[in-house]
Amino acid sequence: MTADLVVVGAGVVGAASAYFATLAGLRVVVVERGAVAGGTSSAGEGNVLVSDKEAGPELDLALYSQRVWREDLAEHGDRWEFESKGGLVVAASAEGVASLRELTAHQRACGVDARDLGHAELRDYEPHLSPHLAGGAFYPQDAQVQPMLVAAHLLRLARERGAQVRTHTEVTGFLRAGARVTGVRTPAGDVPAGAVLNAAGTWAGDVAGLAGVRVPVLPRRGFILVTQPMPPGTIRHKVYAAEYVGDVASSDAALQTSPVVEGTAAGTILIGASRERVGFDRTVSTAAIGALAARAIALFPMLRTVRAMRTYLGFRPYCPDHLPVIGPDARAPGLWHACGHEGAGVGLSAGTGKLVAQALVGGRTDLDLAPFAPERFAEEDLP
Amino acid sequence: MPPVHDVAVVGAGPAGLAAAVEAAASGLAVALVDTAAQPGGQYWRHYDETHARPADRAGHHGWRTFTALRERLDALRAAGRIRYLPGHQVWLVTRSADGEFDLRLTATTATASVAARSIVARALILCPGGHDRQLPVPGWELPGVLTAGGVQALLTGHRTPAGRRAVVAGTGPFLLSVATGLAEAGVTVAAVAEANGVGGWLRDPLGALSAPGKGVEAARYAALMARHRIPYRTRTVVREILGRDRVEAVRLARVDRDGRATGPDEEVAVDLVALGWGFTPALELPLMLGAATARDVDGSLVVVADDLQRSSVDGLYVAGEATGVGGAALAVAEGRLAALALAADRGRPADPARTRRLRGRVRRGRRFAAAMHRACPAPPGWSDRLPDTTVVCRCEEVSYGDLRRAYDDLGATDARTLKMLARPGMGWCQGRVCGYATAAIAARWGGRATTVDDLRPLATRSLAVPVPLEEIAALAGEPAGATEEEGGDGE
Repeated sequence: MTADLVVVGAGVVGAASAYFATLAGLRVVVVERGAVAGGTSSAGEGNVLVSDKEAGPELDLALYSQRVWREDLAEHGDRWEFESKGGLVVAASAEGVASLRELTAHQRACGVDARDLGHAELRDYEPHLSPHLAGGAFYPQDAQVQPMLVAAHLLRLARERGAQVRTHTEVTGFLRAGARVTGVRTPAGDVPAGAVLNAAGTWAGDVAGLAGVRVPVLPRRGFILVTQPMPPGTIRHKVYAAEYVGDVASSDAALQTSPVVEGTAAGTILIGASRERVGFDRTVSTAAIGALAARAIALFPMLRTVRAMRTYLGFRPYCPDHLPVIGPDARAPGLWHACGHEGAGVGLSAGTGKLVAQALVGGRTDLDLAPFAPERFAEEDLP
Repeated sequence: MPPVHDVAVVGAGPAGLAAAVEAAASGLAVALVDTAAQPGGQYWRHYDETHARPADRAGHHGWRTFTALRERLDALRAAGRIRYLPGHQVWLVTRSADGEFDLRLTATTATASVAARSIVARALILCPGGHDRQLPVPGWELPGVLTAGGVQALLTGHRTPAGRRAVVAGTGPFLLSVATGLAEAGVTVAAVAEANGVGGWLRDPLGALSAPGKGVEAARYAALMARHRIPYRTRTVVREILGRDRVEAVRLARVDRDGRATGPDEEVAVDLVALGWGFTPALELPLMLGAATARDVDGSLVVVADDLQRSSVDGLYVAGEATGVGGAALAVAEGRLAALALAADRGRPADPARTRRLRGRVRRGRRFAAAMHRACPAPPGWSDRLPDTTVVCRCEEVSYGDLRRAYDDLGATDARTLKMLARPGMGWCQGRVCGYATAAIAARWGGRATTVDDLRPLATRSLAVPVPLEEIAALAGEPAGATEEEGGDGE
């Protein structure tokens, strides 16, 4: 058979796209050079967040994804540990609280459920939180999933609808008919298809390059510390400091760390989040993990004697304007992209996959994809 | 800044003691870091020396080698040539821009606090030893089931027999050491169940001849087995361990070469089961530094070392079980050789004849070890008939059936993806106990032998041991160095 769609990449974004494409009736082949969810999907915290986004296209996509997670995918939520735990953003100073209030006001205007909290209310949400915090905000929509299970189960569901998933199969080039992309080349043979979706995450720039187009996706490294399992309810929400929002939006290459602390279904506590642009360097940074631990302890003093079992690192797929690349590429007809979601790929994958499927079958998309257009970058931002 | 040592030796077992003593004798400034409260490692583990009795050396092979090394250690410490740090565990090794190794230390159960939080060294000799390899079997999580090495440690370190009536099972001559040790301590040993054929480990003439001391060892075990009337049952495995709240009995079965049962199960009442399938080298630290690895004859992941114990990483020497399980005599030779090679690499005068002799000893020891490994494999089909309910990862309570579902339904066809999707190796021990088994199961389902790529993801640990966050926080503001494996290790 000739596939309607080849998806390059079996991470969360590729998996969600493949799943929704099969729902839309497309014949799908997924090719992945490694294993299922082996890249950035296995290196994050499983964030499904609205709280960390300022008003704009990314927040629109996050709110749209909320609907997809909670409606289209609701019946599968238990498979990937979907937990609508809510996010708690805290600020240490009066100034921090004031700017947080400004942010929540804007977010509320966009449809985000954001509730301002005073100093005294914080510990009702998190009993172990440091008493030295000035205030915060609670976001009931923030949720968490286990992202590797998301990818694996979406691919399983796609397979049940006829999709093929070929792991350990690297795309080495594209099939072309003139300018048009008509499939991919792999060492295991050519895979002809009506369209090719580049969902290669942090490596999407390389895949685009094989088709002769430039997409500026760069790695932004992050570390996470994982603690020993703790009793249920030790940390109930995703808790982070208000400066996290600023760090996410920053374009600085140097190390930034802002504490992000949350429990998991397995009982472990995850401590993020560091950001630095150092290429694909896998060297453990003692500065980064040291800062993560110090800042987490500042938020939750009881963590001081809790043991970390491991640390892991990953490379967020980062674009210069911090927006993902979603949609058809006019420079290479037949080539589509769904990549560059930076640290929000897990949360945004559901909406991205559904929108891509809508666009692929030529329908109206629930959300305008123009802000995510692959051709939007200025020459100086291109690789 | 802490003082810079010429070399840090990690581990004070046979290899580490030999390496530290030899390096210091060559004039190098040595730091010797060890988790235990007193030297000797697992092999020469002995009761608290402040309450020693002459019988504590009973059952120890090469005790004179140990006491000689021990005396030299004490003398070199007194002379200020070795800084000995017992009760310290290295939890992170990084490398500074100028190539120095930074070792971060934390307390172990042997210590309430540490004398040093970090040490710096220009070279590193890693002698981390290993631990018992375990293969899951139904009921192995019951109280009263211990590793063979754990039973031995209770006997030699604490003068404590772990039960009254025991079965010792698995493969290899170590089972005899444990069984006779138990019998000497008054425990009834109902059987030694050896999965492989009769005396296979003594039959390889090339291997056995190359290590003559081993014949003496074997004769001694045979005499003790006879004196205590311990039944030695070859081609026999424990198929199931029974009991409600603790071990009450085991089911033994005769098996063929592939581990398939050839007769009915026989139930034997016991309150102690000691299981040992050889050893798994502890590779946390060499992997942290990116050392090249290979799969040894026994299927273990080991560090690749050249004929002078040098790893693929400049300045990193490895000796003992980490380069291939081979016992204490080989470990001592490798430790000495590593120290001599390092001294020569640092421009110290070396005795080439001595180096040559040690290289010969290591070669012969390796040959014997390989023969032993070939005679005592884990039966290739050991996992084929496990019931789905068998627990594989005890920390995260992952069953064989959980692994099967992740493999069949979710495409987790390699060990790393199995770990990501079903969580074996994600708990407190970080895969030390179930790592080998998980890698072997994934490979078996894929119809192939285990490879380095199967073994490495479950042997790699970003932190060598769990460490309090406050100790990690103390790193803030310092520069960097170790290398992480591919992909994340996400939750």
